[in-house]
Amino acid sequence: MNLGAYFARHAQTFVGSLGRIAAAPIAALMTMAVVGIALALPLCLHVFLQNASAATAGWNEALDLSVYLTKSATDARTQAIAAQLKSRADVADVRVVTAAEALAQFRQYSGFGGALDALKDNPLPNTLIVTPAIAAGTPAGTAALQSAIAAMPDVDKVQLDTEWVKRLAAMLDLLHRVVLLAGLLLGVGVALIVGNTIRLDVLNRRSEIEVMKLVGGTDGFARRPFLYSGFCYGFGGGVLALVLVGIAIAAISGPVGRLATLYGSPFRLSGVHVGTAAFVLIAASVLGLLGSWLAASRHIRAINPS
Amino acid sequence: MIRFDQVHKRYPNGREALAGVSFKIERGEMTFLTGHSGAGKSSILKLIALIERPTRGQVTVGERNTNTIKPRAIPQFRRQIGVVFQDHKLLADRPVADNVALPLIIAGVPRREIDKRVRAALDQVGLLGTERSRPLELSTGEQQRVGIARAVVAKPSLLIADEPTGNLDPDLALEIMRLFKRFNDVGVTVIVATHDVHLIDQFGARRIVLGEGRVAVETPR
Repeated sequence: MNLGAYFARHAQTFVGSLGRIAAAPIAALMTMAVVGIALALPLCLHVFLQNASAATAGWNEALDLSVYLTKSATDARTQAIAAQLKSRADVADVRVVTAAEALAQFRQYSGFGGALDALKDNPLPNTLIVTPAIAAGTPAGTAALQSAIAAMPDVDKVQLDTEWVKRLAAMLDLLHRVVLLAGLLLGVGVALIVGNTIRLDVLNRRSEIEVMKLVGGTDGFARRPFLYSGFCYGFGGGVLALVLVGIAIAAISGPVGRLATLYGSPFRLSGVHVGTAAFVLIAASVLGLLGSWLAASRHIRAINPS
Repeated sequence: MIRFDQVHKRYPNGREALAGVSFKIERGEMTFLTGHSGAGKSSILKLIALIERPTRGQVTVGERNTNTIKPRAIPQFRRQIGVVFQDHKLLADRPVADNVALPLIIAGVPRREIDKRVRAALDQVGLLGTERSRPLELSTGEQQRVGIARAVVAKPSLLIADEPTGNLDPDLALEIMRLFKRFNDVGVTVIVATHDVHLIDQFGARRIVLGEGRVAVETPR
């Protein structure tokens, strides 16, 4: 058989498979819907994480250091330390919060005004809020700055509020793993769903397969149309998953945008990336092929003319 | 062409269909297998087409001992045999042309060649013009002739038929038998299993009569 005839034969089988799917569109759509929903789940999680990562990406750099001075540091000494810090290359800005200002703020926001009045003197130290320069905004850079400031005289404690950012990053990391695992499990599920549909297809067309075998058709020949069907189920399911996630994003992007605006953030929900969409379609098709291959091979082998 | 040597066939349910059958059919011969139902006619055809394997003994088809043919090689082996069934075994959801073309598609014959050979085969059985019809739109006799066209379209050297006239009235049955005779006239080895003794009396072909799983009578050619 020459190459052109080979491709013509495949195209013919492919069109034949499409025809059979079109002949029973409800059943085929049901399978595609199940595949689509199974794939939409991890895809939704992925898009959520992608947006969460994008929304929090700037936070690490914007971190300030809180420098608590010892109680013995006078206001003049505080100003001197601030000036010294400001001259450093890795410091962008230093803001002085005197003990008196801190107490006033605390009184205003905490609601402990009465309790504070009972205190003989101000328990709060002078504080410097140090903003690292952009170049030093890496975790390592801020850590180096932190230890340098901590070593200075009259500095009691330097607090870097990265703990919760680290926790957030770890949480996002964990969720990434969960998405991966869910994707793997549901991927296996998709192969099984398609496999089961193909199994029923094979059993429904048992007599046809028998005839093919009787006139000298190999198992591979009988299997071919089912592989195309499996591919179509997978690909169709992938398209459906993308549509479902697209609808979900469209439905919540308005409220998310308004919420972000209320927080003064320009953040907008981003959709499924082109690369991700391509991956979903390819993965869905491959899973459909795999499921149909396994089911069709097994059940066609079991059919023998009698 | 075909040789049975002390062939036994016992089915899993314990029924012994063949109990030591031996005979020989030469290339280009036309042979009728007869006997009451259950005498082993179908079993013999199934052993020839490798639908079943002998329990004991040896079946030789075209100089090949079928016991040595591995399952993988069965499709290739079947392509040199045309088989006609009592119930036609046509694909009801495909047009006549596709049904007849199936063996050629399986063998990988180019499309243009397929169309030509399908028309030639339909012409031989007198059904030219029914290409686009569905099998169920045809009469039983016509359906059987579509089955015969499919069996001969790949030009096999051996044609076997299991009760091909079982569902037909005498006139149609005679017509079908004459069709087989015509293929035999051009050199195809033909084996027809039938219980219709009156019908085959009208043909001077050789007859193997089976009874109790054995060859009871063998008329000379």
